Amino acid sequence: MIDVVGLHKSFNGQEVLKGVGFRVEKGEVFTVIGGSGQGKSVLLKHLLGLIKPDKGHVYVDGTDIAAVTGEELYKARDRFGYLFQGGALFDSMTIFDNVAFPLQEKTKMKAAEIKDRAEAELAKVGLSGMGHKFPAEVSGGMKKRAAFARVLVMNPEIVLFDEPTTGLDPVLVDSVHRLIVWGRENYGYTAVVVSHEIPEIFDISDRVGMLDGGVMLQVGTPGEIKGSDNPRVRRFVRGESEGAAQF
Amino acid sequence: MLSIFQRMGRAVLDALRGMGRMGTFFATSLYWTVKPPLKFGRVLRQISFIGSKSIPLIVLTGGFTGMILGLQVYYTLRKFGAEAYLGPAVALSLIRELGPVLSALMITGRAGSAIAAEIGIMRISEQVDALESMSLSPFRYLMTPNLIASLFSFPLLGAIFNVVGIYGGYIVGVRLLGLSSGTYFSGIQDFVEMGDVTDSLIKSACFGIIVFLVCCYQGYYTRHGAEGVSRATTTAVVMASTLILVWDYFLNSVMI
Ligand SMILES: Nc1ncnc2c1ncn2[C@@H]1O[C@H](COP(=O)(O)OP(=O)(O)OP(=O)(O)O)[C@@H](O)[C@H]1O
Ligand SMILES: [Mg+2]
Repeated sequence: MIDVVGLHKSFNGQEVLKGVGFRVEKGEVFTVIGGSGQGKSVLLKHLLGLIKPDKGHVYVDGTDIAAVTGEELYKARDRFGYLFQGGALFDSMTIFDNVAFPLQEKTKMKAAEIKDRAEAELAKVGLSGMGHKFPAEVSGGMKKRAAFARVLVMNPEIVLFDEPTTGLDPVLVDSVHRLIVWGRENYGYTAVVVSHEIPEIFDISDRVGMLDGGVMLQVGTPGEIKGSDNPRVRRFVRGESEGAAQF
Repeated sequence: MLSIFQRMGRAVLDALRGMGRMGTFFATSLYWTVKPPLKFGRVLRQISFIGSKSIPLIVLTGGFTGMILGLQVYYTLRKFGAEAYLGPAVALSLIRELGPVLSALMITGRAGSAIAAEIGIMRISEQVDALESMSLSPFRYLMTPNLIASLFSFPLLGAIFNVVGIYGGYIVGVRLLGLSSGTYFSGIQDFVEMGDVTDSLIKSACFGIIVFLVCCYQGYYTRHGAEGVSRATTTAVVMASTLILVWDYFLNSVMI
């Protein structure tokens, strides 16, 4: 469904992506792991065309996101939902208005219909009755769930998650992971997840890719990644720092 | 170590790049302004924020500016025995120069800084990207409303500043210093031409565009977290205020 080919990107001479390539199949949960600053967020933004590569392609069912602009890009983006790391809720709007916003702006639904849809979506993520609050008034976990509701309300085919659990306590981490799987079952989306939650994230991923040194070092099933022969992958998965004493 | 020439070259290139980016930013804003549909609610919200909510400040500063002018100009004119011309002197100073410039500077401090900070915070908390990710143009939702609101609010606020200022001068000249009210106002009628008023409105509109452009641009290109927002806000106010005065000179040399 998503075909990333030879993606290169530098910022002010710093090469972040040096030829990243991988494929995401329809309906799977594909997880990208990798150290901090390895370019995972940058990679995710390329999938949506928020950042344009210096070289390379991002094909989504044949459309090259990296090459299209304007209306065409916007049309391609309509298939996506993006869950930002901090939620990126509009803080001038209530939670409810945040969820209703894409419906108001992008569909021809009537106000009553929008209200029902948005409330239903909030209920699904366990936020019914919280709609009147502003993002600044709710906890981090609630923000994430509200942002998730805002993504789901448009029924995206592909959802990109940028570190959906960073900064949450272990119980919330588990609940967000369940939410991702639950969403996949109920909405049938394809998911690309950037995550630091090792090993928990392996339980919900179909395939995992490790981004390191600007390339996809290894792509495989969670089992393959856990049992990798590649020393860098193995060290990262086991959480050993490079200079640490080896047994 | 970089040689001084390399460093100068880099500074020039950076400046050119910034100007190019700002030009593109302005062109994109214009494009989204003429491209329907217009987000009318947001335009109204910004007119209320930039315009109506600035009125008390404009009335206050306009009034005092007029009163100061009344005193100073009266003092000067008395040396020539020309106190009778107080009205037109105050009115022309306000309409041609002080009204547009001071009101623009006041609005920059009040609304321009807030706009830069608001968009900057939306940028660093990825709300701008969130709009993009929904295929909604940040220009349509954030820039266009500010551009239209500035274009309407600045001339209107400038006009309010002028009128209140003229009455400020009236209070000092007529009420305190004993000029006759007829002399004050008929002088204004005789010497202030329609051209002065339209120049004043044009000036204000130009300042509105400058403030919009600088503040939205600085907010839109904010980087590096909270510190970036504070830097963007400061830069926006300093740059907008400076540009207002620089442009004022150019406009004056064209208009006079
Ligand atoms: N807009 C930008 N301008 C300049 N440099 C950037 C920009 N975005 C990212 N970078 C650089 O690209 C590199 C990768 O950043 P990225 O945010 O993708 O890392 P990451 O893998 O997501 O890390 P983390 O796990 O900490 O979120 C960093 O070194 C960063 O400084
Ligand atoms: Mg990141």
